[in-house]
Amino acid sequence: MIKLTSEEILSRIQSAFTEGIVEAYESFGMLTVVFKREINIELLSFLKQDKDLNFHFLTDLCAVHYPDRENEEMGMIYHLHNFFTGTRIRLECFFPIADPTIRTIIPLWNSANWQERETFDFYGVIFEGHPDLRRIVNVDEMDYFPQLKQYPLEDAVREDKNDAMFGR
Amino acid sequence: MSEVKIVEAPDGIAGEGYFLTSFEKVVGMARSHSLWPLPFATSCCGIEFMATMASHYDLARFGSERMSFSPRQSDLLMVMGTIAKKMGPVLKHVYEQMAEPRWVLSVGACACSGGIFDTYSVLQGIDRIIPVDVYVPGCPPRPEQILEGIMKIQDLVRNEPLRRRNEPQYKQLLAGYGIE
Repeated sequence: MIKLTSEEILSRIQSAFTEGIVEAYESFGMLTVVFKREINIELLSFLKQDKDLNFHFLTDLCAVHYPDRENEEMGMIYHLHNFFTGTRIRLECFFPIADPTIRTIIPLWNSANWQERETFDFYGVIFEGHPDLRRIVNVDEMDYFPQLKQYPLEDAVREDKNDAMFGR
Repeated sequence: MSEVKIVEAPDGIAGEGYFLTSFEKVVGMARSHSLWPLPFATSCCGIEFMATMASHYDLARFGSERMSFSPRQSDLLMVMGTIAKKMGPVLKHVYEQMAEPRWVLSVGACACSGGIFDTYSVLQGIDRIIPVDVYVPGCPPRPEQILEGIMKIQDLVRNEPLRRRNEPQYKQLLAGYGIE
């Protein structure tokens, strides 16, 4: 099995998807492809099922919040891995926080189930088609998504730590 | 051979073939030397607790070698480690299952105050959900400190009035935590 270079992987992706790929760059030797969220299932299933690319393993998926980017506040990141050649790829897509929806990738990887629940739990991303989208890590009564940047990290009920103790 | 130390008799009147004292003192003495701890260990303080239980520090010297892993048979709840908010109801449930009289030892900075985890997901001290008798600070505390905490609990047990748990103040304390 031949290990493909980043340029070869990118050219295969670009020939399969004429639309939907926003940009691509290499960071620390790892190919990063930014795509539009409308093609997430198609792109991921192409990467998984293509005989040469063969990115058969979903390493991780997570969201990220950049409050300063207008209409691209929410990001969705997928990491794939090809065990046979030891190749990794990072896939990113960005969308407005007002409409934080993206299609679920459970049909491709069942392991995405809990990871998408966790992403919903912390970032409030709605995964369309997810069979059981409810909180997984935080308490069920929590009424906000704590990893969004507008919420403070500290617990609000703590009185013994105030600014005076830190000379502020 | 070292001399075996046994517990001294409580204050009372001793005579030929009889010994007079109050029931309260005898019960307190007996209880304090046969506490059955329930370890509720969630993180690194639990590792220190294992050292406390093992032969070098040996909690058995204080009559507490019998771990009770059922809350219904235990006297002392030892909470060791970070209690996440999601774990809070579980901890409270365990406390509610314990029979009176019951004591709580909070071991480590996290159990006492949330410790370094000043964050949205961590309970900022277990005394927000259950009453605590003795706090052991430290991150994590040394086994000696845990032993000191146990001895403080023993003092409380030894000197507790027999009717304390029936008093309205105690009921009020529990009601303050929403415990029947």
